[in-house]
Amino acid sequence: MAPPLVRKIAGRALHVGVVLVSVVLLAFPFYWMVVATFKQNIDLYNTDNNPFKFNLPPTLDHLKLLFFETRYVRWLGNTALVGVLVVAITLALALPAAYALARLTGRWGERMGIAIFLTYLVPPTLLFIPLSRIVALLGLQDTIWSLVLVYPSFTVPFSIWLLMAFFKSIPKELEDAAMVDGLSRFQAFVKLVVPISTSGILTVVIFTFTLVTQEFVYALTFISPESQQMVGVGIPIFLVRGDVYFWGSLMAACLITSIPIALLYNAFLDRFIAGFTVGAIK
Amino acid sequence: MALEDRRLGAAMFAPAAAYIALLIGGPFVLAVMYAFTDARIGTQGFHYVGLENFRSILQSPSFHAAVRNSIVFTVVAQIIIIVCSTVLSIALEKPFRGRKLVRFFILLPWVVPISLGAIGWKWILDSIYSVITWVLVWAHIYTPYSAPMWLGEPHLAMTSVILVHCWRLIPFSTVIMLAGLTAIPKDIPEAAAVDGAGFWRRMFWIDIPMMAPIIWVAVLFGTIFTFTDMTVVYILTAGGPFDSTQILPLLAFTTGIQGSDLAAGAATSLFLVPVLVLIAYFMLHAARRAEVT
Repeated sequence: MAPPLVRKIAGRALHVGVVLVSVVLLAFPFYWMVVATFKQNIDLYNTDNNPFKFNLPPTLDHLKLLFFETRYVRWLGNTALVGVLVVAITLALALPAAYALARLTGRWGERMGIAIFLTYLVPPTLLFIPLSRIVALLGLQDTIWSLVLVYPSFTVPFSIWLLMAFFKSIPKELEDAAMVDGLSRFQAFVKLVVPISTSGILTVVIFTFTLVTQEFVYALTFISPESQQMVGVGIPIFLVRGDVYFWGSLMAACLITSIPIALLYNAFLDRFIAGFTVGAIK
Repeated sequence: MALEDRRLGAAMFAPAAAYIALLIGGPFVLAVMYAFTDARIGTQGFHYVGLENFRSILQSPSFHAAVRNSIVFTVVAQIIIIVCSTVLSIALEKPFRGRKLVRFFILLPWVVPISLGAIGWKWILDSIYSVITWVLVWAHIYTPYSAPMWLGEPHLAMTSVILVHCWRLIPFSTVIMLAGLTAIPKDIPEAAAVDGAGFWRRMFWIDIPMMAPIIWVAVLFGTIFTFTDMTVVYILTAGGPFDSTQILPLLAFTTGIQGSDLAAGAATSLFLVPVLVLIAYFMLHAARRAEVT
C-alpha cells in the first residue's frame, strides 16, 4: 500500500482531473460558439489556419448580419410572446389544480397527482401527428397561437406536480385561522396561500418559460413561414440558406439565445430536480 | 373531509384536468385511430383500413433500421451516461472553491435549447471545417484528404449522435444523482472509513449501492429523453446516411408530416408506447418503494 500522503495527492489529482475534463468536454461547444461568433469569414473558412486563435482581428459582422438582415429579432419577439402567454395559462390552470390536489381531495387527489405525473412522460413525438390535424382544423396552422394552445399540455402537469409539493409544505393551520376569521376556503387560497407561495410560483414561471424556449418538435410541425418562427426552430432551420450555412451568425444566435436561458434555468435548477426526484428521495 | 371542500376541490381541479384530457388524452386516442385508417394531410375524410398501415410499416427497411437504432442509441447512451454521471456526481459532491461556476459550465448542455446545442455540434462535426478533424490532421493522425466525415459515414454518424445525446443528458443525470448523494446519511460512509474501508471499497460497497434508487430514476428519465427525442438526429443527420441514424420518432415525422401520410406516421409513433408504458410502470414502482421505506 502506498503511503497516505501519496494516496491523498493522487486522490486530489484524480478529483481535479475528473472535474476539469468534464468541464472542458461539456462546455466546449459554447466556447466554440464564442470563437465562431467573432471570427472573420476568411479566417473561419481556411483550414490551414489554427482554428483556436484569431488569425485576423475579431469582427462584429456576424452579429450585424444576425440582427439586421435576418428575422432573428422577430423570432425572439415571437418566443417571448408565446412564453408569456403560456406562463399565464399554466398558472391559471395549475395553481388551483395543485391546491385542490394538496388540500381538498384526500386519497382521490393522491391518485390524480400520480396520474398527472405520468402525463409528463408522454412525449411530443407521440402526439404531434394528431395535434397537427387539430391545429389545422382550428385554423391555427402557421401562427404562434397553435403553440400557445399546445404548450401548456407539457407545462401544466409538471407545474401541478411542483406546486402540489409546495402547498403541502405550508401549514394547514394558516388557512384554518383565516377561515375562522370569516374568509371562505377559496378566499383563503387567493388572499393568503397564493401570496405566500411567491417562490414556488416564480419557479413555475421560469420553468415554463425555459421549456417554451426549448421546445422544437411542435414548433417545427405546426409553423412553416419564416416570420412566425420561434428561436429554437428559426435558428437551426432558417439561418441556413439552401445548403449554405452562415456559421458565424448561426453560432452567434445560439450563444446569445442560450446564455440568458442558461442563467435563469441554473438559478432555479435545484427546485426542478426536487420535482423530478419526488418519490425517489425523501 | 367536508363535502363543501370536496366540491371546491373538484371545481378547482376540473379546468386543468379537462385541458390535459383534451390535449393529451384526445390526441393519443386520435393517434391510435389514425393508425387504422388512411388519413392524409390535405384530405378531410378517412377510412378504416384495418392493419394495412402496420403491415406496410413492418415491411419497410427504414422501419427496421429505426427500431434497431432507437434501441441501440438509447441503451448505449444510457450506459455511458450512468458511468460518467456517477463519477462526476461523486467528484462534485464535496464542496470546493469555484464549485458554483463549475456547476454552471457542466449544466450548460442541459439548460440550453436542445436544437441550439445540436447545431453547435453540427459545426464542430462539419465535413470540412471540423475542429476535431483539424486537431487530428495537426497531430498527423490523418492527412487532410483522408479525414473522416463525422456525420457522413454510417458508423461515425451513429457514434456522433450517441455522444451528443450523452453530452446533453450527463448534466441532467449528474444533478439528479447529486441530489441523491446529499440525501445519503453521512454517518454510514464515515463509519466505514473508521473501520478502514478505502476509497474504492467505500465507493463500490456503500456509495453506489446507496445511490442505486436514484441512479434508477436517472436511467428512467434518461431513457425517455433519448428514446423519444428527434431533435438531435433531425439536426445532425436527418436520419442519414442511408437510414444509418434513422430512429422511430424521426421516421414518424418524415412519413407523417413531411410525407403527408398521417396514418402511417401515427402508426410508427405508436411503437414508442410499449417503452413508455414500461418506464411508467418502473417509475410508479420506484415511487411506491420510496413510500414504504
